[in-house]
Amino acid sequence: MISDAPVLQQSSEPAESAAAPSRVSRYARPMLSLLLPLILALGWEFMVWSGWSNGRLVPPPSRVFATIADLARSGELIRHIAATLWRVGLGFAFGVIAGTLLGAVSGYWSLARRLLDPTVQALRAIPSLAWVPLFILWLGIFETSKIALIAVGVFFPVYLGVMGAILSVDRKIVEVGRTFRLSGFAMIRRILLPAVLPAYVVSLRVGLGLGWMFVVAAELIGASEGLGYLLLDGQQLGKPAQILAAIVIFAILGKLTDWLIETAAAPFLRWQDAFGRVRGA
Amino acid sequence: MLALDRVSKTYPNGVQALARFSAEIRQGEILAIIGGSGCGKSTLLRAIAGLDRASSGRVTLDSEAIASPHAKIGIIFQEPRLLPWLSVADNIGFGLADLPAAERREKVARALARVGLADKAQAWPRELSGGQAQRVAIARALVPQPEVLLLDEPFSALDAFTRRDLQDHLLDLWADTRPTLILVTHDVDEAVVLADRVLVMRPRPGRLFDQIEINLGRPRDRNSPLFENFKRSVLTSLDRSLDRNVPDRDATQGPGQAMWW
Ligand SMILES: Nc1ncnc2c1ncn2[C@@H]1O[C@H](COP(=O)(O)OP(=O)(O)O)[C@@H](O)[C@H]1O
Ligand SMILES: [Mg+2]
Repeated sequence: MISDAPVLQQSSEPAESAAAPSRVSRYARPMLSLLLPLILALGWEFMVWSGWSNGRLVPPPSRVFATIADLARSGELIRHIAATLWRVGLGFAFGVIAGTLLGAVSGYWSLARRLLDPTVQALRAIPSLAWVPLFILWLGIFETSKIALIAVGVFFPVYLGVMGAILSVDRKIVEVGRTFRLSGFAMIRRILLPAVLPAYVVSLRVGLGLGWMFVVAAELIGASEGLGYLLLDGQQLGKPAQILAAIVIFAILGKLTDWLIETAAAPFLRWQDAFGRVRGA
Repeated sequence: MLALDRVSKTYPNGVQALARFSAEIRQGEILAIIGGSGCGKSTLLRAIAGLDRASSGRVTLDSEAIASPHAKIGIIFQEPRLLPWLSVADNIGFGLADLPAAERREKVARALARVGLADKAQAWPRELSGGQAQRVAIARALVPQPEVLLLDEPFSALDAFTRRDLQDHLLDLWADTRPTLILVTHDVDEAVVLADRVLVMRPRPGRLFDQIEINLGRPRDRNSPLFENFKRSVLTSLDRSLDRNVPDRDATQGPGQAMWW
């Protein structure tokens, strides 16, 4: 989509040789960051195992994983994960579509920006959770209001990211497009889109993070399934291991979906100086 | 032939950057435009490129009026302005999108070899040195074979050695198809090495002050006494252009050593 010729595919030698020395630190650094949680978990496991603590309020890792295994065996885990993923997926999709369209319009046409942006900025100032009662009144207590809430959370960072990225496209590069007499559409496809892509990916990742935050809020408010429901159920029935199990799964899913976006975008961003070496490593 | 007919430009903020600039440039001529900072050189070049409209006056190429970027006119800026998301080869082929892929590849490969960067075809722009990047920019502008190539202080960000190298390179490339070159510079040496004719501008408002024909064969010896003579006459003219007591278009002699820029 971005390349003008097929030659974009092969990586160049200097890039590879520059990446090579960092290969060690690429694996060593995540290991290092795992060290502290690992020590804490093992330490806590040992405390409970040796009887220094009964681990009732703060269950040891083994009990958390046992809970996850139980939930998985009964098939409940998949049901809850599927419900939550579906909500996040739909809400994210709607939020991204709306944020991208309106952000692009506001970034591209200054008239639209003057019309639209003040209103969007005013709406942004409202804490998104304040919409919950209204959404429930309008859309009911079931799926629609939840997805709407998530979409609202995702919308703002994407809108801001797209608009800001378009506004900050280097005028000098646009001028190169003009000297080659690119039409409006070609200018968008060959100059604006690739120039905007890095910031867009960042805004998608921020939006996704907010999507995960809002799905918890939505499911805590009232749901009969989903990981948020597992949280609430664990609290009401006094099952801290179940709460921790849900939290662990949230962490895994959040990281995984974020990684998906990063990985899908990486082939288009290899040209960047920073990507994957300074920022990603 | 490229004709500038009383081209004037007043910016919206009221700055009169260019006043009634007229000149005629032969096809294949190499013209250097020299003058102090802020005397409207870039403004003039952007008007010829069709990037900005002149407030009054006309730019015509073979009697076709230029009001927007034209296929026969290419421009190279002070910065290479390569597209960072395209490989070197794709940057050079940027203006050839309408050609069939095979033909484009062939032209790009030839241009790459011509500027001595064949081994960099798949490199990213960020992996190039300043001189290499500017060579890619030159190749990108030349590969669609423009009739007129505009250069706005193209080598001023480079070190002296690289600059010389690129000057020679540019002449070499120019000899292939002999487009008209209009080169804005503030380097007297560069003007005399490259140009058939040097136009001296004076500021506030930017206008033509003097013109000097460089009647030297090529290749030019930078150390010959004749070369020194031409340099001196350009410097003298520049000095006088900055002296408010000298009326326009005068040509008396005098030593020129002041810091005219
Ligand atoms: N976009 C602009 N808006 C207002 N004034 C400008 C603009 N561009 C240039 N100028 C003014 O016009 C004059 C000529 O500028 P320029 O053509 O860039 O000079 P040069 O390239 O010879 O240094 C300067 O006084 C400059 O400040
Ligand atoms: Mg300038």
